[in-house]
Amino acid sequence: MAVLLIAEHNNKELKPFTLNAATAASQIDSEVHAVLIGHNSVDAAKKLSELPVIKKVLNVEAPHYENFTAENFSPVIIKLAENYSHIVCSANTFGKNLMPRIAAHLDTSQVSDIIKVIAPDTFLRPIYAGNAFATIKSKDSKKCVTIRPTSFDPCESTGGSAPIENIEGSEEFSNTKFIKREEIKSDRPELGTARIVVSGGRGMQSGDNFKLISEVADKLGAAIGASRAAVDAGYISNDHQVGQTGKVVVPDLYIAIGISGAIQHLAGMKESKIIVAINKDGEAPIFSVADYGLEADLFEALPKFMEELNKLNTIQK
Amino acid sequence: MKILVAVKRVIDYNVQIRVKEDNSGIVTDNVKMSTNPPDDNAIEEAVKIKESGKATEVVAVTVGEEKAQETVRKALAVGADRGIHVKTDGILEPLAVSKILQKITEKEKPNLVFMGKQAIDDDCNQTGQMLSALLNWPQATFASKIEVKDNKLEVTREIDEGLETIEINTPAIVTCDLRLNEPRYASLPNIMKAKKKPIEEILASDLGVDTAPRLEQIKVEEPPKRKAGIKVASVAELVQKLKNEAKVI
Repeated sequence: MAVLLIAEHNNKELKPFTLNAATAASQIDSEVHAVLIGHNSVDAAKKLSELPVIKKVLNVEAPHYENFTAENFSPVIIKLAENYSHIVCSANTFGKNLMPRIAAHLDTSQVSDIIKVIAPDTFLRPIYAGNAFATIKSKDSKKCVTIRPTSFDPCESTGGSAPIENIEGSEEFSNTKFIKREEIKSDRPELGTARIVVSGGRGMQSGDNFKLISEVADKLGAAIGASRAAVDAGYISNDHQVGQTGKVVVPDLYIAIGISGAIQHLAGMKESKIIVAINKDGEAPIFSVADYGLEADLFEALPKFMEELNKLNTIQK
Repeated sequence: MKILVAVKRVIDYNVQIRVKEDNSGIVTDNVKMSTNPPDDNAIEEAVKIKESGKATEVVAVTVGEEKAQETVRKALAVGADRGIHVKTDGILEPLAVSKILQKITEKEKPNLVFMGKQAIDDDCNQTGQMLSALLNWPQATFASKIEVKDNKLEVTREIDEGLETIEINTPAIVTCDLRLNEPRYASLPNIMKAKKKPIEEILASDLGVDTAPRLEQIKVEEPPKRKAGIKVASVAELVQKLKNEAKVI
């Protein structure tokens, strides 16, 4: 039986991690169908049909799907589920909110946040903030799986032409009402997919001081991250948090500034290709995962870092 | 209004866990255990709502072995009124826990069920949503702010893009984020008082719920280690290494 991928989108475009989840889905079975539930979202459905790994797109549109409410989405997927062996989506806040609702209805034990498909019923997933990897085999006849997007490459986004089938939605769930979404708009790359991430921690001492990080990030074309301590202290908003309960990032270069390196933070960044740590405490645990460590006061080091970057003729973007 | 709060006993968040030599799991013998951190936020929020006069009773529930009861006792010490311990041995998956909590919810008839958004041991992030599905109640996951209004809650949720606000009718499930509040510490007199608060013990097997695992944990391994890095002496050296050695800028 085929795999059903739940597409994540903003009613106009696909969210980038849908492409990573599609790759994981195609590793489970070559017959991947994707469902897109939204409102006035046919453009996103078209984009979905262009992914070569998708063999069929199921398009569901209604006003009550505009805000991705799990209580509205889950009945649609449960109705479709009988035709599929697996239901998959990204393990970000969208998928984490939605998938367990589907799994419980289907009486399936969900496998969360997989980082590898070992076999169609066997997956690798991190536990204990990534301090251990568990190999899990599902005995359920229908499998609900969420995918850690940064552990899979995005699939090709053009060249496919899967048929789009419009299907009926379900009734609105009246006990949950969407009020508003406050998205922080930024010209910088998205944290989850950026090639370079520059992150600040408690050592930044204030929100104002984060402008030192912004300058470096802008120079490098990087996204800005933060430790939970910096977010808790109100230096920066929650969408920047990297770690066990924030985002997991795997950039080519991760620069940790004034971050001590609690287990919970390392969980979100230690798979990065190159890690740089700048911290005045030479014993800070962040140095244990850093390829390049600089023991220095960040308020002296960051202006010098800008100076040195300015001296370079070219910077890769 | 009555609030049921589910708490889980996990390895303390400060402990560096170790994988068993036979790869069958994680070493838990002689390891410090605590309440799952966001479950502390869930208890705190429930107690705060009660203190504000908007709730009349806070009931803490845990599901697990004998020692799991410590987490209920701790909840009682910070303001929960009474406890429930559903006793069970062996591995419990979130689906089984949510089925047990469904039975307890049907029996206790709370207006709200709170719990942490995720347990820091298995990192599943499932139980609240599953319970919500089984009860067909609204869910507010990853809550960083809760406002109680008559028979409704306005909840601010932390999502990848920023913040989302939803309004849900009670009865409802809320899973709590670490930023929801600052959990209080139990004072010694309150710890003493908590010893007198009642904890009802229920055998999971008496609830008529199938808790048999559906997942087989084939093995648990340590993640691949990063190779040791170097310390650089200056910013100039760092930039030179990034440019010419790592070739990432």
